[in-house]
Amino acid sequence: MTGSFPPGHTPPRRSATFDEYAIAEIHRAAATGIYDIRGFGAKRKVPHFDDLLFLGASVSRYPLEGYREKCATDVLLGTRFAKKPIQLKIPVTIAGMSFGALSGAAKEALGRGATAAGTSTTTGDGGMTEEERKASHILVYQLLPSRYGMNPDDLRRCDAIEVVVGQGAKPGGGGMLLGQKITERVAGMRNLPVGIDQRSACRHPDWTGPDDLTIKIQELREITGWEKPIYVKVGATRPYFDVALAVKAGADVVVLDGMQGGTAATQEVFIEHVGLPTLAAIRPAVQALQDLDMHRKVQLIVSGGIRNGADVAKVLALGADAVAIGTAALIALGDNDPKLDEEYRKIGSAAGCYDDWHEGRDPAGITTQDPELSKRLDPVKAAKRLQNYLAVLTMETQIIARACGKSHVLNLEPEDLVALTVEAAAMAGVPLAGTNWIPGRM
Amino acid sequence: MNTVDLAQTGVRELNAQLQGLKEDTNERLWQVLNPKGAHAIAAGLMVPIEVHIEGHPGYYCAGMNKNATIIVNGHCGNGVAENMMSGVVRIKGNASAAAGATGRGGLLVIEGDAGLRCGISMKGIDIVVGGTVGHMSAFMAQSGALAVCGDAGSSLGDSIYEARLYVQGKIESLGSDCVEKEMTTHHVNKLAKLLERAQIRADARKFRRYGSARRLYNFHVDNVDAY
Repeated sequence: MTGSFPPGHTPPRRSATFDEYAIAEIHRAAATGIYDIRGFGAKRKVPHFDDLLFLGASVSRYPLEGYREKCATDVLLGTRFAKKPIQLKIPVTIAGMSFGALSGAAKEALGRGATAAGTSTTTGDGGMTEEERKASHILVYQLLPSRYGMNPDDLRRCDAIEVVVGQGAKPGGGGMLLGQKITERVAGMRNLPVGIDQRSACRHPDWTGPDDLTIKIQELREITGWEKPIYVKVGATRPYFDVALAVKAGADVVVLDGMQGGTAATQEVFIEHVGLPTLAAIRPAVQALQDLDMHRKVQLIVSGGIRNGADVAKVLALGADAVAIGTAALIALGDNDPKLDEEYRKIGSAAGCYDDWHEGRDPAGITTQDPELSKRLDPVKAAKRLQNYLAVLTMETQIIARACGKSHVLNLEPEDLVALTVEAAAMAGVPLAGTNWIPGRM
Repeated sequence: MNTVDLAQTGVRELNAQLQGLKEDTNERLWQVLNPKGAHAIAAGLMVPIEVHIEGHPGYYCAGMNKNATIIVNGHCGNGVAENMMSGVVRIKGNASAAAGATGRGGLLVIEGDAGLRCGISMKGIDIVVGGTVGHMSAFMAQSGALAVCGDAGSSLGDSIYEARLYVQGKIESLGSDCVEKEMTTHHVNKLAKLLERAQIRADARKFRRYGSARRLYNFHVDNVDAY
């Protein structure tokens, strides 16, 4: 700060430890006696896909011609045991987000947009709604600890089942939906009193551990005639072991969600201080699959902070079969639109920062149950925006893949990547740019 | 009666047969021999048939049952009648952990004892236990009724919502926000009907009622010790 100061004083200086945010949070905690709750994923800066670069073709490799030479994007999920695996046109799926966390209009928009793009959506903690089943041509049905709305009819009419062990924003935590979003319809679906603060259990009620999970997966297959692929979703913590155990338990697909993955509502301290960055989780997960000779036989879907086609391509190059997007999908629908900045400011936030999804006051009509706010989201127009965004993600992935000489996006490989930092090189298991050095490996 | 011997046939074949029956089937009575701890026996049934299982099934017997009546002439493993939607499941012996977990309807009768977490997260099922229930039974129980003729283990009804608990014997301890409530004539009559439906001989007047104190429905810092 410039200007003169009283004699004997130096310019005011903020502490790096007790910075503006830390001080404000202590004041807030002292005033309210409750931890801070919010939506979104980890916002702190962690090594991410921006720290990786692709090595395009040159003399030692040759590229594929854009627009003329094919670069395929289709993905088949659930080939291990399911009689009816899922065929997706693109390697980008829509992650599980509940009706309750999102408005009915938002769920419908996600279903319509994903269907137009040839991919799947996923239910969430609130169960399956008729809007989403009708709108979504390929629907993955989550089996969560809460079991809200769980029933065998929906199990039979879904296209895949996702057993949720955890999610990246809060691995080891359960779901949360605060009273202001427990409307009559949400309460009815979840069999709860209207207006209470709903907390889901963090463990499944009828199984604990991988041996039980094996039997639980078997039961789900028995109920659904062994038709549906069964996914197991884990938050990224010990990905090598968790993926290995999920494979041994009989999963067809493993979904791995890093700490940048979003949530509708959980404690800030959980989001920011528990879990692994997505970048650090992928190589151990792929290593587990390779060690079990199950790479590409059990498919890997990665989520948590996927923003653009470069991120998609990097995840595929590191060995995954597809990505899932949640936060990015909501942004595509219209979340955090700069046009709504004035309205965000009225509720204590700002466009680009809005994460108070738990409050249910979203001016974009997405993370709300308020009927007047929900009306602001036109599901057909929003679906088109999502479809556009998914098309761009796919084209960007293809551009990079062709530049690396790949005729299918799943042919991207670690050898196509280098890292800009020592941390990213170590986490992703690729060399530091301009060297042959992968930190931590001989 | 149709008899299926699991010593000769797999669980998949049995379940496929039972799940393939139509609402108007005349094959209404089934007997399953040699369960020998196999899992997911009679899971996912959909029509009003009667299945007698002679022996001890493993986990998730009668899982997600709809409309069927399933009788186990033995003990059963974890998660019997988990997420049951309707119908009746009767265990002549004892049930292991998580009996009736997340059940949404129907009646589960355990004539012997039930293990820990009986009725966990129940969402409308009625459960009647002739013997005791283990630790953390009716944890996060949302709706439905659990009646226990014997004793209940520790932390009964922890984090309970609106389910109704009736216990005749001793309770080791009550869980968070679970309190004893008045047992009025109305409740005695309701319980008596439930016991009659379950064909369990007990005097409803000897039971005490438990339910939610509703202090934890919305967070308040003064209740932080309860979390």
